Amino acid sequence: MNIWIEKQRHLIDFTLASLARRKGKNLGLLFIYALLVFVLASVSLYTHALRTEAQKVLAGSPEIVLQRLVAGRHDLIPPGYIEKIGRIRGVQKKEGRLWGYYYDSVVKANYTFMAPRGLQINRGEIIVGPALERSRGIAAGNGISFRSYSGELHTFIVADVLSQNSELVSADLVLMHEEDFRAFFKYPQGHYTDIALSVANPQEIKNVALKLMDALPDSRPILRDEVLRTYASIFDWREGIMLALLSAAILAFGIFAWEKAAGLSAEEKREIGILKAIGWETGDVIKMKFWEGLLISLTAFLCGYVAAYLHVFHLNANLFEAVLQGWAVLYPSFTLTPHIDGLQIATLFFFTVFPYTAAVLVPIWRAATTDPDTVMRG
Amino acid sequence: MRPSNRALLLLVLAAIGFALTFVDAARLRVAGAARVAETAALVEQLGLTDPVLFTEARYTRHLSQADLQSAFQDHPVALEHFPSGSLVPPPAGILQAYEHLDRKTASPD
Repeated sequence: MNIWIEKQRHLIDFTLASLARRKGKNLGLLFIYALLVFVLASVSLYTHALRTEAQKVLAGSPEIVLQRLVAGRHDLIPPGYIEKIGRIRGVQKKEGRLWGYYYDSVVKANYTFMAPRGLQINRGEIIVGPALERSRGIAAGNGISFRSYSGELHTFIVADVLSQNSELVSADLVLMHEEDFRAFFKYPQGHYTDIALSVANPQEIKNVALKLMDALPDSRPILRDEVLRTYASIFDWREGIMLALLSAAILAFGIFAWEKAAGLSAEEKREIGILKAIGWETGDVIKMKFWEGLLISLTAFLCGYVAAYLHVFHLNANLFEAVLQGWAVLYPSFTLTPHIDGLQIATLFFFTVFPYTAAVLVPIWRAATTDPDTVMRG
Repeated sequence: MRPSNRALLLLVLAAIGFALTFVDAARLRVAGAARVAETAALVEQLGLTDPVLFTEARYTRHLSQADLQSAFQDHPVALEHFPSGSLVPPPAGILQAYEHLDRKTASPD
């Protein structure tokens, strides 16, 4: 056993000396390789953590949200509509929700205005989300004016700022009293944006939704299960930028591996020829190159992964900010709880470390099994 | 120090770093449990439906409440033009319903 270990150590010594002869090329290779792993691991860690966090925090969202559609568009709930639902078995509570969007031309940002039922807010006061606090530079006790869509200026006192802990769901919220909301948007009395329904038994939700569609054919029920599924599949690798990123990375890796597998440089061939001529066995040459592939790919994987972890969970994935922010001015700054999917990491390991190690071995095996004289001359 | 020892030491350090990410993740999960619970409580209290990932367009701000047309309804033959629209698919439930309708036609039009 000791002899075997000593032999491998000598092979590694030799491999490192060989790599050091082409220091610039190999360090560049290691850097690009680690960068590739870093990008893929960052995307993988970020999306998995975000999906898991969304599932956890949205578990308490309304069981059913009922929208009314007019000509395929979301429309207001008119007076008497909630009453039309009547008594449906299993529905514990049904209440109209008031919320909408406001474009703040001062900082060119979009906010979500809401008049929540579950929170007591005095007239003339608002509670704002943490991103709004940052963008407008306001704090509790300050006054702030918004020009409504009808042109009137409405002034509110900031009663409180929502905790930064909940920024993932509250960054752009402006919570206000129902009457203030109606006055600000000139929302007609008795109208609502949509209806939230609580259903006690999860088995009943689908039946309730079917009954709602029977009673109100112009409505569209959105089940909590659908909301959760929407966020369970967000940033799926088959969609949008993930596919673009992944295909670019796979293509780059393919070119990279192909360059390795397609042939050896004249210098490498000569080296193998000399090794064979001085008495190395084919197996030794292959082992040496195996160590080369493994050392480079394993180092790149481990360094790339650790850097990706630090980027996503300690630096708030700030390299993705430009992509995720788009044209938005308000960008939520939330900390994700690390949820690492072992299978994803194992897949990443398998698809980055193994192909490279194998790609290094194939041409070496071809060169090492031919005559040293031919290899050196060729 | 022999080059092999240096390389193996580097690998061992990187492997320790790799293992430490899992330890750190467990630590952060425990530390962040209260934050997640607070966020979940706010969602329940206010009846929220969506996380604030993109604020630029209403159909990506409240992704689960959007429909398939909302990305294209600014004007006739409008194209979807917000960058975030290319990052996220339409809501899960509605996509299935549309696929279903699409396949209802037995014979080609």
